[in-house]
Amino acid sequence: MRTAAEVLFFVSPALALFLLFVVWPIVKAAQFSLYRWRGFGPLSDFVGLQNYSTVLHDEVFRGAFSHNLFIVVGSIVLQLPLGLAVALLLNRRIRGQGLLRTIVFVPYVLAEVIAAVVWLQLLQPEYGAVDSLLSGVGVPVPDQGWLGSPDRALWTVLIVLTWKYLGLAVLLFLAGLQGVPQDVVEAAEIDGASWWQVQRWITVPLLGPTVRIWVFLSMIGSLQCFDMVWVLTGGGPANSTTTMATFLVNEGTKRHNYGIAAAASVILFVVALFFALAYQLLVLRRDTKGAAR
Amino acid sequence: MKRSPIIPALALVAASVGLAACGSDDSTSADGKTVVTWWHNSNNDPGKSYYEQVAQDFEADHPDVDIKVEAMQHEDMLTKLDAAFQSGDAPDVYMERGGGELAEHVDAGLTKDLSESSADIIGKLGGSVAGWQVDDKTYALPFSVGVVGFWYSKSMMAQAGVTTMPTTWDEMDDTIAQVKAAGMEPLSVGAGDKWPAAHYWYYFAVRECSQDVLTDAVTSLDFSDDCFLRAGQDLEHLVGEEPFNKGFLSTGAQDGPSSASGLLATGKVAMELQGHWEPGVMQGLTDDGLGLGDDLGWFPFPTVEGGEGDPTAALGGGDAWAVSEGAPDAAVDFVDYLLSDEVQQGFAERDMGLPTNPAATGSVKDPALAGLIKVRDAAPYVQLYFDTAFGQSVGGAMNDEIALLFADQASPEDIVSATQDAADAEK
Repeated sequence: MRTAAEVLFFVSPALALFLLFVVWPIVKAAQFSLYRWRGFGPLSDFVGLQNYSTVLHDEVFRGAFSHNLFIVVGSIVLQLPLGLAVALLLNRRIRGQGLLRTIVFVPYVLAEVIAAVVWLQLLQPEYGAVDSLLSGVGVPVPDQGWLGSPDRALWTVLIVLTWKYLGLAVLLFLAGLQGVPQDVVEAAEIDGASWWQVQRWITVPLLGPTVRIWVFLSMIGSLQCFDMVWVLTGGGPANSTTTMATFLVNEGTKRHNYGIAAAASVILFVVALFFALAYQLLVLRRDTKGAAR
Repeated sequence: MKRSPIIPALALVAASVGLAACGSDDSTSADGKTVVTWWHNSNNDPGKSYYEQVAQDFEADHPDVDIKVEAMQHEDMLTKLDAAFQSGDAPDVYMERGGGELAEHVDAGLTKDLSESSADIIGKLGGSVAGWQVDDKTYALPFSVGVVGFWYSKSMMAQAGVTTMPTTWDEMDDTIAQVKAAGMEPLSVGAGDKWPAAHYWYYFAVRECSQDVLTDAVTSLDFSDDCFLRAGQDLEHLVGEEPFNKGFLSTGAQDGPSSASGLLATGKVAMELQGHWEPGVMQGLTDDGLGLGDDLGWFPFPTVEGGEGDPTAALGGGDAWAVSEGAPDAAVDFVDYLLSDEVQQGFAERDMGLPTNPAATGSVKDPALAGLIKVRDAAPYVQLYFDTAFGQSVGGAMNDEIALLFADQASPEDIVSATQDAADAEK
């Protein structure tokens, strides 16, 4: 049995970092959110919960929240079937399997900002590769460009995000597929099950825990979505792609309303925490039931 | 069971916190020289290498001073300055844009009062320093003050058959129609960055509002005068003509060849409303480093019929060198040197901006910039960009709403009410 001091000794470095870089900023953000503060000078103008009320009544923030939900749902709806399909295909013995796996995974390895800059160039209206290609084959392109049209920009961002994060889904699903016992599959095959039937009734159900974990990661990532949106559109045009994170950065570093930005960040934190806990309780519980306490 | 002391664990915690808290005094370098850090935004040549040369020349005359120059892209610099002010570790010499921003910095005790130490230079600069004064004290020395206007490609305008540049908005409407009829895009605007779009509204307000109303609005934050509404209506009319480049809602201001400045520099649009820094920006955006070169022309913002503003009034602003409160005295000497006849002349010769030192105004080579200086010096007053004058919070709300009007999602009334709401929150 370990002594308390031993536990403390091994845990304290990680704990110190956690306190310094996670807990401390949260505490500071909560503190800033109660003041009207321009970013420098002393914290002196206490306003209570007024910043929270400002944020919650702000149409741009409400829009940002709904955009986040759109990305949460859209990412799962697009990436889950696509990821499953690609993973199942790549799990078969085919020529160039390693190469194909690498190609699917490369976008995920790329830094999000770099991917965003590349797509920003590709999506330039008129002169960008995407528009040239599409108009070359006679597909009409929007006048303002894909990122410049308020009704298309969020979809465009979602599609780029799907391109970027499909690799993670495929990788996790492929790993999950290794855990599907081969003897069950063989037994089914001997009973005359087709490839489709094996996937439908054996592989996919046994992949459940992996899928549920992936949904969790994807959801949290979508709620915090920032880099891609910031580089591609900066939240525009006409606030059609703002997320909670771009809202708070805009209020903070652009407008110097650090109190309001802090309130928005606390709200983002609470929303993400709520989603995480609810998902843990409702969905993940059966996967973690047997885990060590 | 042995209870081992808790000390090693605590020591570890203390050590890791100590690491983060560890700072160093950076006002003197290892060899005993006084270090002066200087941040500027001339991150393209010729400005970049000229400023390196300037720093070296100053070091040669002041062997005990070491100037640490950091050239950054404009938006990056603003972000870094904000962070530096928050952490209390601001550079010794940095750029101030005046107006509400400067007033906030002065309130927070971040900026040094230069009224006494730089009195000679301040006297020389005359009225230009007005934008950088708070309570009659001068906090920064403007090195470039310019006005906004239309930059255009002479060859493209000639191709469209435009021989005389428009002086009223009725003529401007015709010019836009003419350029469109010739199959070219008349204007580029970086509405993605919002402020270039906002300049249109500002300038319409300068044309529609009398000087008294504008001066009053800056201090009272009262936008109830009807002229602000008319400025929005003028802008709505312009946007309705669809004169802007494709994708203007997501176009950036001046970063890369696909930005609004890049489109003008590469001959994709005929005109752009932009500040006096435009030639310098465009030089960095073409492969040959020349921008439009001799093909570049400039004309002032046309007048609006029935407007209450002085037809020769201008919208503009500038950049000034400020010294942060804790900086060594050598930083003040360096700022004085930056405004000297010699440095300002070199600055003017390289078309880096519009010098404020009268000894250098004759050195501006670019004919377009020289014309712009005449407009600046002839203007009865130069209205500081509203977002700078009002500070980031009100200015930001204003710019956001103006950008929405460009996207056809806000009305002239919305601009006034959004600005008024943000202003009321300040009071």
